[in-house]
Amino acid sequence: MKVLVVVRQVPDSTTTIKIRLDGCDIERTGVKMVVNPFDEFAIELAVQLREKRADVSAVTALIVGPAAAAEALRTALAVGADDGVHLQDPAFDGFDELQLAAAIAAVVRDGGYDLILLGKQEIDLDSGQLGPALAECLDWPHVGATVKAEFAADGRSVTAGRRIEGAEEVVEVRLPAVLTIDKGLCEMRYPSLPNLMRAKKKPVRTLGAADVPGLAAATGALGGTRMQDLQPPPERPPGKIIPGEPEQAARELVRLLREEAKVI
Amino acid sequence: MTPDTRTPDFLELDGLLTDDERHVRDAVGRFVDERVLPIIADCFEHERFPTELVSEMAALGLFGPTFKDYGCAGLSNIAYGLIMQELERGDSGLRSFASVQSGLVMYPIHRYGSAEQKERWLPALARAEKVGCFGLTEPDGGSDPGTMKTHARKSAGDWVLNGAKMWITNGTVADVAVVWARTDDGVRGFLVEKGTPGYTARDIHHKFSLRASVTSELFFDDCRVPERNRLPEAAGLSAPLSCLTQARYGIAWGAIGAAQACYREALTFAEQRTLFGQTLIHKQIIQQRLADMLRRITTAQLLAWQLGRLKDQDRMHHTQVSLAKWNNVRMALDVAREARDLLGAGGISVEQVPVRHMLNLESVITYEGTETIHQLIVGRQITGVEAF
Ligand SMILES: Cc1cc2nc3c(=O)[nH]c(=O)nc-3n(C[C@H](O)[C@H](O)[C@H](O)COP(=O)(O)OP(=O)(O)OC[C@H]3O[C@@H](n4cnc5c(N)ncnc54)[C@H](O)[C@@H]3O)c2cc1C
Repeated sequence: MKVLVVVRQVPDSTTTIKIRLDGCDIERTGVKMVVNPFDEFAIELAVQLREKRADVSAVTALIVGPAAAAEALRTALAVGADDGVHLQDPAFDGFDELQLAAAIAAVVRDGGYDLILLGKQEIDLDSGQLGPALAECLDWPHVGATVKAEFAADGRSVTAGRRIEGAEEVVEVRLPAVLTIDKGLCEMRYPSLPNLMRAKKKPVRTLGAADVPGLAAATGALGGTRMQDLQPPPERPPGKIIPGEPEQAARELVRLLREEAKVI
Repeated sequence: MTPDTRTPDFLELDGLLTDDERHVRDAVGRFVDERVLPIIADCFEHERFPTELVSEMAALGLFGPTFKDYGCAGLSNIAYGLIMQELERGDSGLRSFASVQSGLVMYPIHRYGSAEQKERWLPALARAEKVGCFGLTEPDGGSDPGTMKTHARKSAGDWVLNGAKMWITNGTVADVAVVWARTDDGVRGFLVEKGTPGYTARDIHHKFSLRASVTSELFFDDCRVPERNRLPEAAGLSAPLSCLTQARYGIAWGAIGAAQACYREALTFAEQRTLFGQTLIHKQIIQQRLADMLRRITTAQLLAWQLGRLKDQDRMHHTQVSLAKWNNVRMALDVAREARDLLGAGGISVEQVPVRHMLNLESVITYEGTETIHQLIVGRQITGVEAF
């Protein structure tokens, strides 16, 4: 069984998010970037499968992004992926999730993968589209927001648990399939320092737009969406302090709620 | 690019680091954020060393990380320094544990040990299946180890140790103690194993500093140690002093982490606290205090980096380490006190980091050579005159 993990790089959750000057994306340069936390679960699941199952022959990590995205790839390799694919080309910059999925599908379609894992969403733009779109492009089944995954002994199918409102749904799916992973399935281990050093020596294929077979046709046909304008949420209007004795102030508060805010 | 005043990394030390070094720093930093910071204040308050973190630190590869053999990562000395910085951003106690294990136990065995000693101890110490301690200081004074009283006498092919060591980090938890003792041929080093008859250890309590670290007394009472446990290549006081150079190098980096933690908390507080109608950052005196902390952290960072470069090029002189240990720990202690004060009453609570770092740094400025000792070492280098 060959497993592919799709990794994305996102701003560290502790950084202050700024909108890029052209208004079409958040600022990603000069910001501390980390592996998308949901993709970390996918990396860990893939590595656990590799460790536990004799029939898992390889785990490949794939990322689309600028040169600096190699850092995220290195983390995946340090945790236990065998090799990496880095799609790096300015042509990919403006891609929406569907176009990205088409590009990734074109690269991995003939790679002999049986399972693709990635996080259920990315914590920066939160679209959650890439996994389902990738499954669509490959015409594979997709299980979203997986919190449990039991792989059949013959490696042909997986029984997956999904958290849904008030219950857990259990679905069985035949491989090849795309699973997007939710919090709760596993936590990624810390990459050890010796493994971080070894990760440098693992093979990474860097591909540009020209190396992706049929890219123009695949993405062009989709049209795609473009981010036009990002706005920060409006600042909250300042609160109002009602002065006076408690009884008076309470009376005034009720009056304001009734007459001005019209909520009671 | 806007200079980073939050980490802080005002002069872009980040840009001087290699990819490897940045990866190492971030990996250890994350461990500290997620595993150390949530528990460390409680450990400090209740005088508890977080033993549960030791195996995790070993799994990360934090012990002996510069060695290229025995399953270690083979990192640069700058990467090693960054590990110390991140650990001490958590707590000086945790950094002390790592300093002792790597710089004061694995290093002397690696440098002065026999092949058998290396095989036996280094892999186990790297995995922290075994813990070590380093016994040099004695009850009658640490600054002048040349006058140590602990002695080893040859007897029927073995060595018989008598004496006591004081203020020994990890003493009671150690499986092996690297013990320095006087012999007829000068100072020699011995690996004394836990359980050896005549060897006992006892914890020192009532510390108001390094409370999340074990500090002990060691006693040797006709303690018989076989010749094969003597470090064969260690001859004279220069051997333990060379170990101290390793540990002092790590401390010069570690202190930066403690200072960063204090500075960040002071800055956040100053941005949020409103007094006299404005947040504190609007006050000239507050700005001057923050600017001064930033200045001192920045100079310490660049000093540590150049020291690391010299060490990586095998050109570092021990008096340069003395200057760096003195400067950087003094810097960190002053920044911690300043941050403690800036936080007002909240600053005396262990729920804020500065008071913990401030108290810890009182040990850090004392051990591995007091500030005065480092000044005298640098003074001797300037003048050629010993004034100890
Ligand atoms: C928490 C903690 C952990 C420690 N861990 C270890 C360990 O693992 N292994 C180990 O071997 N030791 C350890 N130490 C001991 C430490 O290294 C010594 O405390 C230190 O070297 C100072 O020795 P001392 O305490 O005996 O002070 P002293 O040497 O007695 O010094 C007392 C004072 O005299 C000053 N002084 C010394 N010489 C001169 C001079 N010539 N002129 C003017 N002033 C001078 C000193 O600066 C100091 O202020 C630890 C200490 C602490 C606090």
